[in-house]
Amino acid sequence: MSYQQARWIEPLIFELSKQGRVGWALPGKPRERINIPKELLREKLELPELSEPEVVRHYTRLSQMNYGIDSGFYPLGSCTMKYNPKVCEELAALETASCIHPNQAEETVQGALELMFRLERFLAEIAGVARVSLQPSAGAHGEFIAMLLTHAYHKSKRDDKRDQVIVPDSAHGTNPASAAMAGYEVVTVPSNARGRVDLKALKAAVSERTAALMLTNPNTLGLFEDQIIDIAKVVHDAGGLLFYDGANLNGILGKTRPGDMGFDIVHFNLHKTFATPHGGGGPGAGPIGVQRELEKFLPVPVVEYDRKRKRYYLDYNRPHSIGKVRAFYGNFGVLVKAYAYILLMGAEGLNEVTEAAVLNANYIMHKLLGVEGYELKFDASGPCKHEVVFSTEPLKRETGVTARDVAKRLLDHGIHAPTYYFPPIVPEALMIEPTETESREELDRFVVALNTMAQEARSNPEKLRSAPMATAIGKLDEVKASREPILSWRAHRKLAKK
Amino acid sequence: MGHPYIPNTREIRKQMLREIGAASIDELFTDIPPKIRLKRELKLPPAMSELEVKRHVQAILAKNKPFTQMLSFLGGGVWPHHVPAHVRSLVQRSEFLTSYTPYQPEASQGMLQALFEYQSMIAELVGLEVANSSMYDWATALGEAALMCARVTRRKKFLVPKLISPERFSTLQNYASGPGLEPVKIGYDRTTGQLNLDQLKKEMSQDVAGVYIENPSYLGFLETQVDEIAAATHKAGALFVVGVNPISLGLLKPPGDYGADVVVGEGQPLGNPVSFGGPSLGIFACRGELKLVRQVPGRLIGMTTALDGRTRGYCMVLQTREQHIRRERATSSICTNEALCAVAAAIYLASLGPRGLHDLAELCTSNASYTMKKLNAIKGLRAPIFDAPHFNEFTLNCDDTRVSIQKLNAGLLKRVIQGGKPLRTEFPELGGTALLCTTELHSREDIDRLASALKELLGGRR
Ligand SMILES: Cc1ncc(COP(=O)(O)O)c(C=O)c1O
Repeated sequence: MSYQQARWIEPLIFELSKQGRVGWALPGKPRERINIPKELLREKLELPELSEPEVVRHYTRLSQMNYGIDSGFYPLGSCTMKYNPKVCEELAALETASCIHPNQAEETVQGALELMFRLERFLAEIAGVARVSLQPSAGAHGEFIAMLLTHAYHKSKRDDKRDQVIVPDSAHGTNPASAAMAGYEVVTVPSNARGRVDLKALKAAVSERTAALMLTNPNTLGLFEDQIIDIAKVVHDAGGLLFYDGANLNGILGKTRPGDMGFDIVHFNLHKTFATPHGGGGPGAGPIGVQRELEKFLPVPVVEYDRKRKRYYLDYNRPHSIGKVRAFYGNFGVLVKAYAYILLMGAEGLNEVTEAAVLNANYIMHKLLGVEGYELKFDASGPCKHEVVFSTEPLKRETGVTARDVAKRLLDHGIHAPTYYFPPIVPEALMIEPTETESREELDRFVVALNTMAQEARSNPEKLRSAPMATAIGKLDEVKASREPILSWRAHRKLAKK
Repeated sequence: MGHPYIPNTREIRKQMLREIGAASIDELFTDIPPKIRLKRELKLPPAMSELEVKRHVQAILAKNKPFTQMLSFLGGGVWPHHVPAHVRSLVQRSEFLTSYTPYQPEASQGMLQALFEYQSMIAELVGLEVANSSMYDWATALGEAALMCARVTRRKKFLVPKLISPERFSTLQNYASGPGLEPVKIGYDRTTGQLNLDQLKKEMSQDVAGVYIENPSYLGFLETQVDEIAAATHKAGALFVVGVNPISLGLLKPPGDYGADVVVGEGQPLGNPVSFGGPSLGIFACRGELKLVRQVPGRLIGMTTALDGRTRGYCMVLQTREQHIRRERATSSICTNEALCAVAAAIYLASLGPRGLHDLAELCTSNASYTMKKLNAIKGLRAPIFDAPHFNEFTLNCDDTRVSIQKLNAGLLKRVIQGGKPLRTEFPELGGTALLCTTELHSREDIDRLASALKELLGGRR
């Protein structure tokens, strides 16, 4: 263990400000008189004043106090933190991608439309769906739009009693939240002892009020819902739709497809499966795919190709469309990166991605099962998919050390913490997703670290409880942060004056 | 042979399989029922090398004509500005670029502080105490603002100006559909574009959750009756929501100073490329009152201390509003947001500072004034169509020329000029009108070129 993150005592940018400094020069001077009445103008603006080198140094230091995939292993379950190829960044930054305006004349953006058209078709093939819209800005946005499509679909069938959406108790929080945002009542179905949807409970939950089931497969436990054919039948027989949360697509690329499993609407997380960087929280892109009968409801516009004119164009003339869900056509810059990534991998490469990712997860599962203190709460008989959820409950019982303590201590080893306390159905959960871009040596190092920590928990539990030490700062007072929230420099200064 | 992004070679993978007691990789996929196993390869192009991909993508994108290679007057929701080189180089630092949401604050102080600074600068800019760390874009931020108004007031109507951006209105309708919130449009004065106050007051009732205006408006003019609108809104117990182009606030009075409870907007012009309309940056800010803050959608970064009570640090706060804790009772389902665009905005604002942003806003306004003056001088053209002060966008009407905007734009395009956005499908009542935008990218010569091209095109007809 020899890790130490940079530890700058870096003031807020406002505190570095000196009157009169500026980090930018204007390309000209205003020559017209400004015809705006004085009462509409502002009197003061308290932004920081710095020169360019000062700004650069400040944010460089901040970046050094941040851990990314390029810094090291990032086994953050459900987030598919794989390596992001640099060439994709280069392509998205080209002027021919970054300096085009969405309202430019069609003939001046043929390249953008062609790229989107092709990417749509790649994604449709990967998921086994009829049509894709690239507009959603992220996964949760895709989910929300899927719920709007669900509503439009049932409405078109004059079926307005369907006011419930079924979500397994293992689902990601965005699923129930998106359903509720679209006005649905959320019905939760429990998982069975095998960590899969309890089919009996599902049968009892469906009714003429069921609008849809939201499911991710592999589920958040990293287990494949092997009864998916029956699940689909139960929901379809009840008149509901099946929505696929595509966050876990990395576990099945080229092996099976949501469309073939019976899903009607599918979303993709390009910032997970398709290697676009997560940017410390975004931007991402969450395209949705649909089967034929839902196509006409997709948001406007859709990209079409006119064979006669040999031209791509944006089609707004779609009377059944739900309309707009954001401005313009989606996070184009992210789409360019995902498109390049799919070309880099090809069909065989994507298949290999899943094989290597699943193998890496099974390797960790196998190795960790041999470490006392960690256990699986569900089905240990079969393989997992791209991720595995361990429980540190035995360790907690024995030593009082929690999953959170273990996760924080990993940071001291220069390894990012796994997702913890999720999914909610596993006590003391550590959700581990290695991805395909990690070497066996890295996985071994991870297992050794977890092993060391299990021993540390017994010999010196305080070490774990006081972790992390090697990061830019130690544990924070998060309770105080939320009890008396200080959300801006303005608020901080007001408080300081009191 | 290995794969560039997959460190475990086939040989290593074989060894790993052996170690875990699996005979082949297929054993790890036996849980997928045979009936749904894909029995063929995906139909995708074969893998390409980095060089091939680069050439291929470059070739496709070369079919675009970037606005850097022509003269463009498009705005209308995203606006072309110069992105300083250091802004791009800093957000490309891979510690920022390749990190996830800062769930582990100890290892993510850099991102957290940068986002706190973003929130702080946005709060200053709009004149409120709280800004979240981003929404998807302006349109969805508006949708979320309307939902928040409904949650806070428990009311069912949301008033918007008739001249709202139609894309934002359609998005709002979709967001409002969940709780059955009803967006209602308020008309405008045909000469000035200003909100019809009489109608506003008539629609004001105990049902109204919020009143929304855009300032500058979608069509570029400023709303001058903000104080009256705020007063009427608050009198009815509703919330006042204002949508902004943040660059304008280098010059204009911050909405917080004229009574806005919530401010939304598009942060793209703050250091982010136009990029065909996305990634974008949804601005969301509100007053500091806890009643509002607890209803804010999305992530909030707060200042706190380490457990020693002294060392300053930052972390995500009030997470009990969010989907991963509150699930179906969350204030929004947003999870992944536009964090890196927010960091770009922070770096951009810190670089310009108050003076720089003021001068930039002034230059954009001045360029628009000059363009209007030049175009107005051309026979048959009218710019703007509304008698009101304008920021950097304005309307151009050509009804008196007997030439359509489409025709003019086609003629301009032949001269390597991209004209304004035609408004006929969005606002038929405005006739042959287009929406134009100028920023610091436009020099005087550029504007003169537009004017002489239009003169030529119109002269040629007569
Ligand atoms: C299983 C699952 N579903 C949905 C989402 C939401 O995706 P996004 O963050 O892109 O909105 C996530 C992301 O964390 C996820 O892990």
